[in-house]
Amino acid sequence: MDIQLKRGLLDVCVLAAIKNEDSYGYKIIKDVKPYIELSESTLYTILKRLEAADMLSVRTAEHGGRLRKYYHITDKGLRRIEDFKDEWKEMLSIYRFVSKEDEGNGQA
Amino acid sequence: MDKREFLARLQKGLSGLPRDDVEQRLAFYGEMIDDRTEEGLSEQEAVSRLGDIDEIVSQAVADIPLSRLVKDKLRSKRTLRAWEIVLLALGSPIWLSLLVAALAVVFTLYVLLWAAVVCLWCVFGSLVCCAAGGAAAGVVFACGGNVPAGLAVIGAGAACAGLSIFMFFVCLAATRGVSMLTKKIVISVKNRFIKKEGA
Repeated sequence: MDIQLKRGLLDVCVLAAIKNEDSYGYKIIKDVKPYIELSESTLYTILKRLEAADMLSVRTAEHGGRLRKYYHITDKGLRRIEDFKDEWKEMLSIYRFVSKEDEGNGQA
Repeated sequence: MDKREFLARLQKGLSGLPRDDVEQRLAFYGEMIDDRTEEGLSEQEAVSRLGDIDEIVSQAVADIPLSRLVKDKLRSKRTLRAWEIVLLALGSPIWLSLLVAALAVVFTLYVLLWAAVVCLWCVFGSLVCCAAGGAAAGVVFACGGNVPAGLAVIGAGAACAGLSIFMFFVCLAATRGVSMLTKKIVISVKNRFIKKEGA
């Protein structure tokens, strides 16, 4: 997959993983992994980028006698997900158009 | 390798990066290991899932902007003594011009590299023009009654078209090569800064 495309997809996947409830690093990895490959180093970079872009906020909470960082999605992050869905609706219609052309050529 | 050893090695690998960044990364990986051991993995297993330390380090270096490294390095420098400042100021006509010259040479070499790529694309462009021109001129010749000359020109145009396809891939490869080289240069410059700082 194209690197730039994958980067954009990963951003949205991480946002989606914290959309319904705050989550922490390891859980995000587990939730996203079935769909797209995500290493710890990559996740760190993405979380930093999303935090800098105000799409998520970080808080530290105690868990089992140690500290754990929880990530919370912001309004801007939620908007990013909605924008992504709109973009891909457009992509899907283009995809349908392109594959229809394929079929046409196949039959001819 | 257990958690302590992993974090110690990672810290060593990251030394030279800004301190707050190193601390945050160490905390992040520590938490990752703790969360895995909590699920029942041993520390060794948890560490092995995190992958190669060298890879983590190289990603960290790639992430950090060069400007941040330079700023950090300048800030961490000790204050200069009075005579050092005087020497620097007095010597500036010499070292400053040498530095500018050296930078200019490096910059020129880099521009030359891209100039070569641009040349390749120009050759590609002219081949495409020749192909189109050959076809058009050939038709004109042929219609004018000089069929052999017309066919020869069309043939030359077709040869140019063939060459242009080949040229296109050469150009693409050259462009990719130079941009990859640029990335590598940036990373090696970053590494230089990190090493100097760590020493």
